[in-house]
Amino acid sequence: MTAGTSVDQEARPGKIEARPVRHPWRYVGVVIIALLVAMIISSLVTNERWDLPFALRVMNYKPIIQGLIQGTIIGTVGAMIIGIVGGILLAMMRLSENPVLRGVAFLYTWFFRAIPRLVLLAMLGTGVGYLYPKLDFGLPFSQQITSAFGMSNDLTFYQLDVNSISNGIIIGILGLGLSEAAYMAEIARAGIQSVDRGQSEAAQALGMSNGKAMRRVILPQAMRVIVPPTGNETIAMVKDTSLLSIVPVTAELWYQITVVGSRTLKIMPTYVAGFAWYLVVCTILMIGQYFLERRFGRGFGTTAPGRTRMLGLGSREGGA
Amino acid sequence: MTDTTTTADTRAVSDVPLVRALNVSKAFYGNEVLKGIDLDVREGEVVCLLGPSGSGKTTFLRCINQLETIDGGRIWIDGDLMGYDDRNGQLHRLHDKRIAAQRRDIGMVFQRFNLFPHMTALQNVMEGPVQVKGQGKGESRAAALELLERVGLQEHCAHFPAQLSGGQQQRVAIARALAMKPKLMLFDEPTSALDPELVGEVLAVMRELAQDGMTMIVVTHEMSFARQVADRVVFMDAGVVVESGPPAEVINRPQHERTRAFLSRLHAEEEHRREAIEDPLHGNDH
Ligand SMILES: Nc1ncnc2c1ncn2[C@@H]1O[C@H](COP(=O)(O)OP(=O)(O)OP(=O)(O)O)[C@@H](O)[C@H]1O
Ligand SMILES: [Mg+2]
Repeated sequence: MTAGTSVDQEARPGKIEARPVRHPWRYVGVVIIALLVAMIISSLVTNERWDLPFALRVMNYKPIIQGLIQGTIIGTVGAMIIGIVGGILLAMMRLSENPVLRGVAFLYTWFFRAIPRLVLLAMLGTGVGYLYPKLDFGLPFSQQITSAFGMSNDLTFYQLDVNSISNGIIIGILGLGLSEAAYMAEIARAGIQSVDRGQSEAAQALGMSNGKAMRRVILPQAMRVIVPPTGNETIAMVKDTSLLSIVPVTAELWYQITVVGSRTLKIMPTYVAGFAWYLVVCTILMIGQYFLERRFGRGFGTTAPGRTRMLGLGSREGGA
Repeated sequence: MTDTTTTADTRAVSDVPLVRALNVSKAFYGNEVLKGIDLDVREGEVVCLLGPSGSGKTTFLRCINQLETIDGGRIWIDGDLMGYDDRNGQLHRLHDKRIAAQRRDIGMVFQRFNLFPHMTALQNVMEGPVQVKGQGKGESRAAALELLERVGLQEHCAHFPAQLSGGQQQRVAIARALAMKPKLMLFDEPTSALDPELVGEVLAVMRELAQDGMTMIVVTHEMSFARQVADRVVFMDAGVVVESGPPAEVINRPQHERTRAFLSRLHAEEEHRREAIEDPLHGNDH
């Protein structure tokens, strides 16, 4: 290695300037795809039955936007909050040492995964107000007890008129949320179980209670595994809000789209408008998921500067 | 008991047993792993646990910290019966919260570090005082920085565990345990997952800790550490304590055949790694 005379210097290999491997079929593929895209665009523009300007007007029509916000967006957010919180609770119950909690969580998951959402929403929408027109909040069996002893019904703390809300979005959100919790429970369970046992032991050795170890140590690490499928579930939920019309909820995107479509008789352009809104909402959600994944990936090697930049937004230095 | 090596002589070893384990037994699915372990550790004492693989050393440490429940015997720490309430001879299992409280006074360092990967080194060290003791953030941060300096890692306080070497991670783990101001520190082979050149920095921290008077139970195969730092060496095999005594006696003049066999097997490995172990902590830059 020390024989570096002037003669040897020329013989030593220098910088690599090799030709890359050629991929001719990729160019063929790109050309074919470009042709197909051009055909679709040309058809959208030239075939006036698509009527894109009309679709754009429908998108900005007030009842449509109201439906989008009240039914689709608020519905998704509400159902996912119930679903995520409920799912994590169910997963913790499922993994607890208490056999009663384990059993309840299992039955819940079994029950709600077996019911199609459309069926659940239809039953909740028509059934709740019909079967239980008044909901009492009081001691269990208070009505039976009071009538048996001939007392006036004063064991009820609060009475809810179910029919005043049964047509509302609240029933729909509840139905979607309860159903979602069953799926989220499985996702959260997988996440919690993915965390190394040594982590909970280290937390216990510090003197943390089980609950605190779960909140501070296990769940933050489980989130890394939970977030990607939860993003999936959220996007699926956006689309499942279109089922709300069966409750019925009228302030909802898909219902409004069908109403506008049948009124104007321009059905396809109206559907395109609805589809475009779903596309916009889901795109925004995917961007949100990217940032969430980055947040919960802290400390797992996903925080390297090269991979944390998107859309020109700088990364915040993870630190104290 | 008095002819310990130089480092041990400088410390005050009290006569009160801080740890008293009596006839501790433990089985996993019928497989008896601990068969009646007796061990007293006085305040300020450093005890090294030696023994072949599978002899139950890890299990015993975990029993002391109640990461495992014992089947028989009793363990007291500082006079407190671990895991149970003794009401007129009838034992009642303690509630999880009380068991968690008993663990606060015991620091544990794991073979595989088990740092919280989603927190920085500083956050790892602050976690116990803030979340368990309810100490203020500012106070905890100052104490944590001091501890990180003590283990030679103040500049690394904003690093995540994945950005630290094994030796650095283990030193953070020691600082994390110390932040709870424990009465007792348990070490389960703290250096056996480390590359040989990183062993020295961790042992140096432990040596300083011993000199400061910390009561320690250390499972280790590092013979020079046991020889120089331990007040007592306990040799375990197949779930029983085979022999116990000052390091000079147990290591140099073992009385039992099983101890002799184990030590001679260790010896070759020991020679191999001696240089790395002698590395001082603050001598080279980390
Ligand atoms: N959770 C467990 N379930 C079943 N068996 C276990 C469990 N933990 C330990 N054991 C068994 O108990 C015995 C003692 O294990 P332990 O880990 O205490 O040994 P050790 O002395 O620490 O060994 P090493 O030097 O390899 O760490 C082994 O036979 C092991 O298989
Ligand atoms: Mg072990």
